[in-house]
Order: sequence, then structure tokens, then C-alpha cells
Amino acid sequence: MTEIWQGFIKAIELIISLDPEVVEIAARSLQISLTSALLASLICIPIGSLIHFHHFPGKRILINVIQTFFSVPTVVIGLFVFVLFSRVGPIGGVNIMFTPTIMVIGQMILVTPILLGLTISALSGVDKAIRDTALSLGASDFQAIVVILREARYAVVAAVIMGFGRAISEVGIAIMIGGNIKGFTRVITTAIALETQKGELELAIALGIILLSLAFIVNVVLIKIQQR
Amino acid sequence: MSLIEVRSLYKRYGEKEALKNININVEKGEVFTVIGPTGAGKTTLLYLLDLLEMPTSGRIYFDGIDVTEPGRVRLEVRRRMAFVLQKPIVFNTSVYDNIAYGLKWRGAGKSSIRHRVNSILEMVNLSADKDRNARTLSGGEAQRVAIARAIAIEPEVLLLDEPTANLDPMSTSRIEELITNIIHRYDTTIIMATHDMSQGQRLADRIGVLINGEIHQTGGWTEVFTSPRNREVAEFVGVENIMDGVIIANEEGIVAIDIGGKVIEAVSGYSVGEEVCACVRPEDITLALSPAPSSARNSFIGEITRVVSVGSLIRVEIDCGFRLMALVTKRSAEELNLEIRKKVYATFKATGVHIISKRND
Repeated sequence: MTEIWQGFIKAIELIISLDPEVVEIAARSLQISLTSALLASLICIPIGSLIHFHHFPGKRILINVIQTFFSVPTVVIGLFVFVLFSRVGPIGGVNIMFTPTIMVIGQMILVTPILLGLTISALSGVDKAIRDTALSLGASDFQAIVVILREARYAVVAAVIMGFGRAISEVGIAIMIGGNIKGFTRVITTAIALETQKGELELAIALGIILLSLAFIVNVVLIKIQQR
Repeated sequence: MSLIEVRSLYKRYGEKEALKNININVEKGEVFTVIGPTGAGKTTLLYLLDLLEMPTSGRIYFDGIDVTEPGRVRLEVRRRMAFVLQKPIVFNTSVYDNIAYGLKWRGAGKSSIRHRVNSILEMVNLSADKDRNARTLSGGEAQRVAIARAIAIEPEVLLLDEPTANLDPMSTSRIEELITNIIHRYDTTIIMATHDMSQGQRLADRIGVLINGEIHQTGGWTEVFTSPRNREVAEFVGVENIMDGVIIANEEGIVAIDIGGKVIEAVSGYSVGEEVCACVRPEDITLALSPAPSSARNSFIGEITRVVSVGSLIRVEIDCGFRLMALVTKRSAEELNLEIRKKVYATFKATGVHIISKRND
């Protein structure tokens, strides 16, 4: 138990002293995971809307598949991206292995099912009469979708928060294709794994506390945005 | 040319035929009311007219434009109309923004939106609530927002689906007042669905009776009310005494109808042998304890089988060899001391009988 307490104190020390290495790691974590969650949102919210508003054969099955991928292990995605982008892989030529860029790509793949699935379920929660009302007041199909997304904003923002949460907390992708390179691809989760192995439990715990604090701040900010 | 012309319109949902061969015209500036029982297809008809759904077959012409082909023209025509759905739906935002939506979608400028929304808010008496979230409004207030939102865009056609269903009498009269204001103030064509006949009477220029997916009759209120075209319409507009019979004599327009032993006299042009329904409104029957003067053509003695009080009136069921329903005031019921098993004379005029040929069914 003392380690946790020590870790807590250490976390506060690190935060107050703005330890350059910790700040750098935390900033990178935040930057990579926010980027991947927001980029994935930009893609998935429109696609999720398209899936929701169109009837096509196999829609139910597609949604089931999407939901199944909520629980895809991060290491499987790490492996998949590794195979794709390794020097001998099909798109190895772009040469981005072990960079923050490829970490963003991996995390986007990771959170895509969550954002798609939760967008679809957010929209399903909106009364069909909202759409009819919008159309009857002269909304184009696109304007109607925007209104429905607005009605579902709490659930849509919750989906983005979920996606961000999954991205910042994962470690499999970051290690496998990021490589945990100090000063370049090291993020909080990979740093925790490393410090734990080195026996630096206090530092590891401190980093864990910092990660949760960051997640808390992001949550608060996003909820403020949705309330506007 | 009428503003809206509907030709041979059908709508099927799977096996169910929701609308069958609808043909109606709505003139510019008129208030056309679709009345009919719940589930008759009134809402479906309004959804088709507002171009929210596609008909299975048939045509709708709006201002001469065929709007039953998919394409951009449907959005353009839809923007000339507004539709207030039965369930008052408000968007989860302020009352002001709710009313501004339709204007924003039409690309109106900020200052013209502000001006327009504020004047509408005043008209529906919701200025004080303009910054409130519309979700927190009561049912009647939400319906006022829904109507305000619809008229803010100054539609050429306003469609209203049961605008006062689920509202208390106070809110109902406010909404009706608001609709009357709109009728007087703007040159809006109104198409309204209601199952409330008296509301249809209060607001409509013309009525279409929709029963079981079919328009059975269109016409002015008095015409539909006093001369229903067939049995279904008669039943819906509150004719409670409908007796099947055959015409056995016609002397200069006064016919005698055999209704299974008893004979009723009525004014009609039908000739002998025609199978008909004789309709008598319960309020057209008078009750007395002594025989009526001989001038009354239809007078039957019968025994009271039921007395039910409905508001300020009393419904009396009499067995005269056939069943008759009469509606009398509380006062005359007391004077006559009406009670079960009492013998009374039920009398109605020959002109109070409406004859429907069975060929109309």
C-alpha cells in the first residue's frame, strides 16, 4: 500500500514541478489519442449516420459485426498494422513504422468500431418524429441529419469520450508499432509498463494517476462543449 | 386549377392498404378538414400531402406540379408547406431556436429571422419563454411552439394533424383560437385532420370524410352532417338511428319506407322498391306522454329501455318495435319523468329523416 501512497505524492510532485520528461510524455499521450479520437469521429459520425439512415440488406449483421469489434484486442490491431506497414508489408514503402503517425492510425482503427456503433445507437435513440418534423419544416436530408445529431449530442459526445478513453488507455498498439522510443513515441501507458518492469513503482503509479487526471480533464471539456 | 389535386392515390404498407383511391382537390385559401375515426388513414394522407412519404401509386399535383416523382422538386414544394404533427415534437433547444429552424433552413438572414421569430412569439404568447428549453414546456405550450414554428415560415399550405388531441379543454380552445387567427391573418390554405367532428365544424370550409382508407364524402359541413352519403358516414357523423328498409310508396316526393313491419315517412326522390337506410338524428326526435298531433307524420309509441345522462343532455333508448335513440334536455326529461319501462311517444318529422340508398355503399 505504501507504494500507492508514495506514488500519489510523487504524482503531485511531478505535476507541481512540471517535470519535463513527464510533461512531454503526457502531452504526447494526449496529442496522439485526441488526434486519433477526433479524426476517427470526423469519419465515423457521418458514416454511422449513413448506416443509420439507409436501409440495405445485411444492415443488422453489419451492426453486429461492428459491435463485436468493440472488444478487439489492441495487440491484434497492433499486429495487423505491423504486418501492413512493416518494411516487407504491402504498404511498407511509406516508412512510418515506430512513429507517432502510425500510432494514430492504429488507434483510429481501434476506436472506429466504438464510434460507429455508438453513433448508430445514439441516432436510434432519437424519435423518428424529430426527423419528420425537421423535413416538414423544410430541412434537406442533410439538414435533417444535422438536427438529429444535435438531438443525439449527449450520446454522440459520450461516444467520442468512449473512443478517446479506449485510445489513451491502450498499450498494445503503442508498444507494438510505436516502439516506446524515448522522446519520440513513448506515451504514458508504455512508460508505466517500462517503469514497472524497471521496478520504479512510484513513478509508474504517478504516471497512472496523471493519465486518469488527463482523462478527467478531457471529459469535462467535452461535456462543456456538448452543453453549449 | 386547385392548389392541391390528388388523383387515384394509394398507399400500401406491406399487406395493409392504408389509403385507397383518394381523389381530392384543395383550393387556395380554404380550410379543408379530413375527419374520420382513429386509424382511418388521416395521418398517412397528411404525410403524403406534405411529401414526407411516397405514395404506392397515384399522383399529387401541387400548384400544377407533379410532386410524386422523386427529386429536388419535392424539397422545393415541401418548403412551401408546413406540417404540425399530432405529437407536439420540439427540438431539444430553446423556444426561440425551435421557431427559427425553418427560416434558417431556407437561408434567411439573422436579422430577418430575429424580427420574424419575435413577432411570432408575441402572436402565440410565448415571448417570456423564448430562452427556455422547449423540452420543459407543457403539452399545450409545446403545441403552440410547434404551430408557431410552422407559421414562422409563412407556408402557403399548413397541415395540422389532430392539433388538439391529448390537450385539455383550455389548451384546446387556445389552439383553436390561434388557428382561427392564422386563417384570418394570412391567406394560408389549411388542411387539418381531426376525429373531433365539432372541431371540424368550427374551423372548416369543407370536409372530407375518411373511413378505412377511403374518402366517403366531401362537402360542406352542413351537407355532410345532414345528408351523409352512406351508412358509414352517417354513423361517423353521429346519426344514431339508422334503419334498413324498402320504399313501398312514393307520393309526390313523400315516401313510405317499410322498416320491418313499421312504416316511416320521409322526403325523398327514390322510387318504390329501392332498398334504403332511413337516418334520424337523435336530437331530431321529440318525446311526449300523449299522442302527437296528427300533422306529425312519424309518431311511434314505445317503451324506454335505457336512460343515460351525457353532460347536460339525456340519451333515451326506446323500443318501438325497432330501436330509437333520442336526445333530450335534462329539463324535459325531468318534466316527462322519463325512466325505464315507461311508455312514451317518439315523434319526428318526415323532413328530419335522411334517406340513403344502399347502392351508395
